[in-house]
Amino acid sequence: MCVICGCSNTGTNAAVIEGHDHLHSHTHDTEGTHSHDQTSEHDHVHVDQISGDLHFGAGAARVSVPGMSQTRAIKLETDILGANNQIARQNRQHFEAHGVTALNLVSSPGSGKTTLLCATINALKRREPGLHVAVIEGDQQTSFDADRIRATGAPAVQINTGKGCHLDAPMVAQAFAQLLQHHDDAHHAAHQHGHDHPHAHEHAHVDARSLLFIENVGNLVCPAVWDLGEAAKVAILSVTEGEDKPLKYPDMFAASKLMILNKIDLLPHVQFDVQRCIELARRVNPGIEILKLSATTGEGMDAWLNWLGYAMEPA
Amino acid sequence: MHEASLAGGILKLVEDAALREGFRRVTVLRLEAGQLAGVEARALRFALEALAPGTCLQEARFEIEEPPGQAWCLPCGQTVLLKQRGDACPSCGHYQLQATGGTELRVVDMLVEDD
Repeated sequence: MCVICGCSNTGTNAAVIEGHDHLHSHTHDTEGTHSHDQTSEHDHVHVDQISGDLHFGAGAARVSVPGMSQTRAIKLETDILGANNQIARQNRQHFEAHGVTALNLVSSPGSGKTTLLCATINALKRREPGLHVAVIEGDQQTSFDADRIRATGAPAVQINTGKGCHLDAPMVAQAFAQLLQHHDDAHHAAHQHGHDHPHAHEHAHVDARSLLFIENVGNLVCPAVWDLGEAAKVAILSVTEGEDKPLKYPDMFAASKLMILNKIDLLPHVQFDVQRCIELARRVNPGIEILKLSATTGEGMDAWLNWLGYAMEPA
Repeated sequence: MHEASLAGGILKLVEDAALREGFRRVTVLRLEAGQLAGVEARALRFALEALAPGTCLQEARFEIEEPPGQAWCLPCGQTVLLKQRGDACPSCGHYQLQATGGTELRVVDMLVEDD
């Protein structure tokens, strides 16, 4: 079976190996019974022509597997996440070359990630008007979140993972390419000078630093394992959840550089022991930084913006 | 749930090796999923068994080793066993631990047949 599209086509030859001649192009070009009818290298993703949103896992198997469409020589004693991590390293280099500081925002569903992002973008517009901020939004389906981000004026690309429970590095690589493409299109449309750009996006942010927020699928388990090429993971925990979540979902808090306690304006109305939460987070990650804020009232936002400023300083 | 994606990645590794080495069938596939690797070995086995039919893993037996978690304890100045993240150092009871072992997630080796 093809684990990407879910088809059972193994070709004319019964041999399993021949059945996977689609590792390169994923066309199953044996009997013409099953063609994905596409030509690009990224055949498993469907691109929304208008918004540039990416829909992964649209095939019958509804999952995306990093490295599946690539050929690589491997040996045993091999890291299972190696294909993903290789692309994550490329993403990291790509981000650095563009002066982009990428942050991977992880949390449960409903922690207020998108609201925090909108508030952050609006606050940055006032504080640093020239700063370019873009967002990659991950959800199983809908483009609701990317729509909310675009309403702030910031460019956003939605990734729909289908049945997938996390973003992976190849998804982010493609989404970042979409952002650059859209940025260039807008740039060229605005200037109308039509000069040649052999590698058009190279010039976009060569000097200026910029921010890229990657809002992962709401899930405190799976995204911990997948490196996207980000500078840091930021875990967001709202006080309407449990204070013991850092211990219940330790991998995520162990992988994060910063924990944001969100919705602190609701503290008078909920049972949430802030000190205990911080203590538990430091149990699983002694070095984790912690900020308390309310995206709704703006309390604590300055410290978060300062943190972003530090994060953007070149290492 | 991410174990399903990982199983897909494992199949990819095995099929690449099959293309390279020219074998047809895997009889034993040995994996390591460290206790601190963020992977549930049972779920990984289930995902592999679900994925295997129709592939060269169809008849494979999956052996998943779970190397124990290890951490460097700052107060103790030594490596200690860490069963799970968030546990205290078994020696001094403090939590200033940095995971150093049991985080691996890899395909170790396999037995294959050619016919």
